[in-house]
Amino acid sequence: MKSTFVCLFAVAVLPLYAAGELSKPIEALRSVQKEGEGNETAAKAWQEIVKADASNLPEVLKGMNGANPLAENWLRAAVGVIADEALKAKTMPVEALVAFLKDTKNSSGPRVVAFDLIHRADEKLAEELTPTLLEDPSSDLRRHPVAKLIAAGDAALDKKDKDAAMVAFGKGLVAARDEDQIKTLTKKLRDLGQKVDLPKHFGFLMSWKLIAPFSNADRGGFDKVYPPEKELHFDAIYEGKSKKVEWVDFTSADEYGKIDFNKPFGMEKSVVGYAATDFFSEEDRQAEIRIGCKNGWKVWLNGELLFARDEYHRGAKLDQYKLPCQLKKGKNTILVKCCQNEQTEQWTVEWEFQLRVCDATGTAILAAK
Amino acid sequence: MKTLSIGLFLVISAGMAQADWLQFRGPNATAVSTDAKAPADDLKIAWTADLPGRGLSAPIIVGDKVFVTCSSGPGQETLHVFCFNASDGSKRWERAMRATGRTMSHNKTCVAANTPCSDGDRVFALFSSNDLFAFDLDGNLLWLRGLTFDYPNASNSLGMSQSPVVIDGTLVVQSENDSESFAAGLDVATGCNKWKLERPKAANWSSATLWKGAVALQSSKGILGVEPATGKTMWNYEDGASTIPSSVVTGDALYAVSHGITALAPEKGSVTQLWRNEKLNPGTASPLVLGDYIYVVNGAGVLIKASLKNGDELWKLRMKGPFSGSPVAAGKRIYVVNERGIFQAIDPEAPEGKVVQEIELKETVLSTPAISGGAVYVRSDAKLWKLQ
Repeated sequence: MKSTFVCLFAVAVLPLYAAGELSKPIEALRSVQKEGEGNETAAKAWQEIVKADASNLPEVLKGMNGANPLAENWLRAAVGVIADEALKAKTMPVEALVAFLKDTKNSSGPRVVAFDLIHRADEKLAEELTPTLLEDPSSDLRRHPVAKLIAAGDAALDKKDKDAAMVAFGKGLVAARDEDQIKTLTKKLRDLGQKVDLPKHFGFLMSWKLIAPFSNADRGGFDKVYPPEKELHFDAIYEGKSKKVEWVDFTSADEYGKIDFNKPFGMEKSVVGYAATDFFSEEDRQAEIRIGCKNGWKVWLNGELLFARDEYHRGAKLDQYKLPCQLKKGKNTILVKCCQNEQTEQWTVEWEFQLRVCDATGTAILAAK
Repeated sequence: MKTLSIGLFLVISAGMAQADWLQFRGPNATAVSTDAKAPADDLKIAWTADLPGRGLSAPIIVGDKVFVTCSSGPGQETLHVFCFNASDGSKRWERAMRATGRTMSHNKTCVAANTPCSDGDRVFALFSSNDLFAFDLDGNLLWLRGLTFDYPNASNSLGMSQSPVVIDGTLVVQSENDSESFAAGLDVATGCNKWKLERPKAANWSSATLWKGAVALQSSKGILGVEPATGKTMWNYEDGASTIPSSVVTGDALYAVSHGITALAPEKGSVTQLWRNEKLNPGTASPLVLGDYIYVVNGAGVLIKASLKNGDELWKLRMKGPFSGSPVAAGKRIYVVNERGIFQAIDPEAPEGKVVQEIELKETVLSTPAISGGAVYVRSDAKLWKLQ
């Protein structure tokens, strides 16, 4: 009787799932959609997954590959619970996690989680792996080796070894994808007399044709379809807000690629401007158009509206909005509508945007010509 | 013997009973503790817990558990929900998620700006990125939403901070901004929409209050009272209101942050104005009502006491400011922490008001304290303190 009880108890506390048996509950989490669709099923599936043995962690991480961001979070939370138990029991499958991390066919999100788990289980191993992540497809993972190169460069400077510092900072800059690290490295390199081409590093589009001002009275211009949305004839002359308007050439001198409508057109208020440029791609490929803008804006690629945003003067930053898109081989036409509102405060003067073309990692895609 | 045991258990349980602090500004968003036991006059730091990221959100307390949110990472994309033991500050569990919405904000605020709320069984954590997670008290994920994933223009580049409220099975969230501005009532069990309302297209950082069965949604246009279950309008005050400090309620009136303070008695279909005092002008902090008086912290860091009956000012007390967090109260004390981390306990019954205790927390504090079990909880970007 006693042994029966012990057996029953042992069965009760054993994980319900061994490796490879989680496909159905993982699929349930991957099925969640917008507006809470699938949440009820996912909640039940999540309970099944968190009972799994730590050996299942790679499988759950694999479930995050290609998942939508909501599903990824469901799975991330499950990984967290299993990992907490594994850390306590010292059963983290580190070797399998390293294999998962090294396989760059896995998505960035779960690979970042895998690295975090390795770091929590074996900090020394994570340190050893860090330099191998310098060219990683994940900008999150690149941060670690870039930070190490910044530290190495600083250490070299402390030893008055300027050449070694330049090598470390230069290598770091080539790999860096996050603005804070790029700014830090740029300053350090320039302090050492090195030239840094930031527009090229980021892939800002610097040369555009601009036309303005059309009316944005009562912010109605945002939705009003002006001629540049119907046709791009750069020799055309149109009726503008208060006078005839025509396209002008504009090349930015700003190293963060700001395309400033105030420069050619004056500090106008309640106005709409358009900017157009051609981007030549070497191949058909997926890409991201990333825009920073504190005005109302719309972006079209080859006539297709990618996104529209009617927020004014709440702030702008690099890569504020990431617009996934499909480039075609050869010429791609990008059209930006940039709307200035009626506010008159000093901090509402800006009528500008910055735009770059890059891959999902943030690596610049440079124009073929 | 059994009867005696049960009796002893009941006595012990009653002795341990403490009121929960379930949302921004606690019970019914009044900022006043309903605990029988108020914090003592000589508060000390009972424990400190380290936090891995930024946060303007206030702690909430459910029984013996303290819940806090943080955001970390270079772009604040990592969203943390923590559960600590109230008794000793030890961590019970932590969940780390990834923002699916925009994480850009003004430097002074951050992604963990909205205070979570609880219905006693679940914790609902909303972030500025519009990510919303429901956990049970043991950290099991019940559901999640990505409200900017659902509604792509629902964001504010300065950051958002509207704290959710929960009532009778409906979680009410607001994402009010210049573009895709809305409020929604969600089923607490599934996270699915029960209703969704378009809201004024204007940035708004104020939080909802609950008054006589209505959820009072404040915006620059005024205050809209809606049925929690349906989102249908119950009443509408249309004379404008603040978009930063939130209003406060008692059983008799809603004290709107509108043209200073405007006391309102909303009923079905109408809103009666009881009084208005334009000189009672809150800065960032929300007002509170304690006893027969309303207290307002103005933009200069001056605490103003005024009559609830007519809004007449009684005294002003200059405190050490500036303040981003709001005052809270228990028993006969008001507690507030300034941005430099100076915790101040005020005796509002002293003839001109009096600061009776100060504690230097030595960190920037931009959040509102919480009170439960005779203790005050305060958080910064790096720490959570229990003062008892």
